[in-house]
Amino acid sequence: MDGESRVAMTPDSARQLQKLGYTCVLETEAGEASGFSDSDYIEVGCEIVDTAGELWDSCDIVAKVRVPVDAEAERFREGQTLISFFNPAGNEQQMALAADRGATVVAMEMVPRISRAQKMDALSSMANIAGYRAVIEAGNNFGRFFTGQVTAAGKVPPAKVLVIGAGVAGLAAIGTSTSLGAITYAFDVRPEVAEQIESMGAEFVYLDFEDQVQDGAATGGYAAPSSPEFREKQLEKFRELAPDMDIVITTALIPNRDAPILWTSDMVEAMKPGSVIVDLAAEKGGNCELTVADEKIATENKVTIIGYTDFPSRMAAQASSLYASNIRHMMADLTPDKNGVAVHNMEDDVIRGATVAHKGEVTYPPPPPKIQAIAKVAKTASVPSPTPEERKAMEIAAFKRQTRNQVALLTVGGALVLGAGLVAPVSFMQHFIVFALSVFVGFQVIWNVSHSLHTPLMSVTNAISSIIIIGALLQIGSSSFLVLLLAAVSVFMAGINIFGGFLVTRRMLAMFQKS
Amino acid sequence: MEIGFTTAAYVVAAVLFILSLGGLSNQEKAKRAVWYGVVGMGLAALATLAGPGSGLWLLSAILVVAGGVIGIYIAQRVQMTEMPQLVAAMHSLVGLAAVFVGINAHIELGRVLVMDDTARSALDGFAAALAKKDGIEISILRGELFLGVFIGAVTFTGSVIAFGKLAGKVSSAAKKLPGGHLLNAVAAISSIACMAWYLDSGSLAPLLIMTLLAFFIGYHLIMGIGGADMPVVVSMLNSYSGWAAAAIGFSLGNDLLIVVGALVGSSGAILSYIMCKAMNRSFISVILGGFGGTGEPAMEVDGEQVAIDADGVAAALNDADSVIIVPGYGMAVAQAQQAVSALTGKLRARGKTVRFGIHPVAGRLPGHMNVLLAEAKVPYDIVLEMDEINDDFPQTDVVIVIGSNDIVNPSAQEDPNSPIAGMPVLEVWKAKQVFVSKRGQGTGYSGIENPLFYKENTRMFFGDAKDSVTRLLPMVE
Repeated sequence: MDGESRVAMTPDSARQLQKLGYTCVLETEAGEASGFSDSDYIEVGCEIVDTAGELWDSCDIVAKVRVPVDAEAERFREGQTLISFFNPAGNEQQMALAADRGATVVAMEMVPRISRAQKMDALSSMANIAGYRAVIEAGNNFGRFFTGQVTAAGKVPPAKVLVIGAGVAGLAAIGTSTSLGAITYAFDVRPEVAEQIESMGAEFVYLDFEDQVQDGAATGGYAAPSSPEFREKQLEKFRELAPDMDIVITTALIPNRDAPILWTSDMVEAMKPGSVIVDLAAEKGGNCELTVADEKIATENKVTIIGYTDFPSRMAAQASSLYASNIRHMMADLTPDKNGVAVHNMEDDVIRGATVAHKGEVTYPPPPPKIQAIAKVAKTASVPSPTPEERKAMEIAAFKRQTRNQVALLTVGGALVLGAGLVAPVSFMQHFIVFALSVFVGFQVIWNVSHSLHTPLMSVTNAISSIIIIGALLQIGSSSFLVLLLAAVSVFMAGINIFGGFLVTRRMLAMFQKS
Repeated sequence: MEIGFTTAAYVVAAVLFILSLGGLSNQEKAKRAVWYGVVGMGLAALATLAGPGSGLWLLSAILVVAGGVIGIYIAQRVQMTEMPQLVAAMHSLVGLAAVFVGINAHIELGRVLVMDDTARSALDGFAAALAKKDGIEISILRGELFLGVFIGAVTFTGSVIAFGKLAGKVSSAAKKLPGGHLLNAVAAISSIACMAWYLDSGSLAPLLIMTLLAFFIGYHLIMGIGGADMPVVVSMLNSYSGWAAAAIGFSLGNDLLIVVGALVGSSGAILSYIMCKAMNRSFISVILGGFGGTGEPAMEVDGEQVAIDADGVAAALNDADSVIIVPGYGMAVAQAQQAVSALTGKLRARGKTVRFGIHPVAGRLPGHMNVLLAEAKVPYDIVLEMDEINDDFPQTDVVIVIGSNDIVNPSAQEDPNSPIAGMPVLEVWKAKQVFVSKRGQGTGYSGIENPLFYKENTRMFFGDAKDSVTRLLPMVE
């Protein structure tokens, strides 16, 4: 097709598809524009056919990039599956035709936005490329550096880039722009993306607007139209920013609607000569008032406005490989048994969502997915963090409590010992002192033992608890045979323990190696 | 003179033992510290043989050497995965020795008491010390040896059962005889009654009856505790073996025994405390078996477990910069530590950050995972404790959970009605991607559903841990 350089299967994805049990067929020179020659495909075991018609006739599953033209749609047949972008909202006629013929159509743009389906989310793949390419395209038309430099000849200020709409494309644009060194600002109506924007190194443009904060979670992660007041506030902010910006990249889209006008002609007039506007929403009418779809224009004050709609196709190799792997993942999900037989499981959220025609019925629009795209933010009552005074008070209270506990423990313990001392003979108390001190030393020492050495600790305490051998040794000289026997057995067992315990401890410790 | 020398040797030995425990604060020091323990033990034994225990010293020496040969043989042959059962088996020996020594003390005491003064003055060794005691001291001595025998007996059967459970010779499920803890309580009360009887009469019968009762308590108590509570059980038995030695030390009037017994006892007690804390359970509830819980139904888990194959895991690992591996008992069961170590080596060679997160109760023995990883030559400085690593999960690309379940269960934090609510866990789900290597679907030993497996960033990597990891190896370049 004219103006389309992408292809839905790369040699790499073909190899993966064959693993799923499929035979891959390709129209001749389909991959040429993306840099994949027919011989590349033949090498990985694909068949090449001469015409698209032949392909449609021979294949059970046809993968395409663009919405089929009517001639192609005429070729739909019973049991055939088409996987492609399909624009179901504006393509009722073909959808009905497919249903009529009993063909199945999987529309790649309908893949629901849930985490599990991200690997086949072709819109995101394409948006990512568009965002990247938008910055490159802008740079191509911008007569200056992105990054600021101090050269021998003088100082060069960094370019200032504003990205409007921080969806997948917007974020890709932010990332590209910041990594080229430009000072990047970004705006989005969904305040929850501020964190993502900042994590990419851009500055989030805050609006001073209280109500009407949208919860992106409710709309499946997409933006929704905003109120007139909000819009006014927004435009005011942009008007303020316009004179400073060198490059503006607009990506604001609302599903199933014309793109909102966010960059009005007076803002374009306010911009410096040589500035560049890239309007990624051009296909839906554009975010900039002056955008002409598919064209690059220059205004009177020498501002370039780029309204291309084929950014992904302009990076065909990259776009093809991403799209092909989206398709490949979709096929993997359609082929749970990896036996080359597609199982169209309409119970599966992802497959159900993407399918627009199946078994003679139009299945668009799909029911809402069972899993929400983004988990609802739990409305937790935020516990106010304590003020320094409160924290201090808490610390003091904790310390007092600890002191009280310790004193109580010492008093009770001390009283018990003293009480015992009143009755017990001196010999016992002497041993008792030794005992109490040893317990104390033990506690102090063991707390410092590293967690990772707990097993050696156990085996070494095991070995030294065999000190009971001393008791047995003291008794073994007895003249009573029974005592001798028991003592002898004890000595023997303790002997096992001593040698075994120490040796195994040593063995373990020797294993601990530093890198 | 000789006694003075022995006592001096005991002091030195006690200091050496303390140093040997204190040295375990760090891996390098520990290698030196273990020799302190060896020297201390040798010194104590020789001093006893040369001094008050010189009767039949040749027999003693032969027995020690014979025992030593067996000990060395076992220590060299034992697999690191078998450490828990080895430790348990050794505890049982200490417990039984304490029982024997205690009973001996009783018999000796009986003999000495019936002697007249001339015969008494002719005694030597332990008996001579007994002969000098007066009435109240003898009562105390009886109390002490009774206690020593009791703790020793509980330790003995308890350790034997723990050994059986850990070695897989006894079912590791919690089992109780009909009557449950009531039986234990009856046995314990009867033992107290026996003590009163024994103090009063001084005859052998109550001592033996109590020994049997204590054997039963040890057996029944440990039978009622499930496999994953074994870290607590083993450290508890460790503690008991120490207290038994200390009690025997009291009855023999031997300070070294008291010191060492107290050290070991407090060490085991601290370990048990740490283990309980790591499970957010009280010591009592572990010992009595079974989980607590609020009685309200736990949160329902919805969603599905998504499986992944080795290709997918390898691809994610190849892309990742930082990886954390969380091993559990399953890794030990599958003997996967060598494969895990090889994987770690490969990933590290590619410049990726690989670390291990160890939960205090991972495995069947405190510190078990550390030893297994050390055996497989994983450097110890990348093996971190839960507290050290928990904050790093959000910045981690890939977490691989190998054979652990409850210690990575988010419901401990999210569901107040969960049986493990409040237990500190490794927050693996905060990482970008989590792979769980597990034999199959199903819950852990505790039967608690793990919502981690249903999270959207979790992929289940089913199969034997060793095979799974081995399959990854060639795919990670």
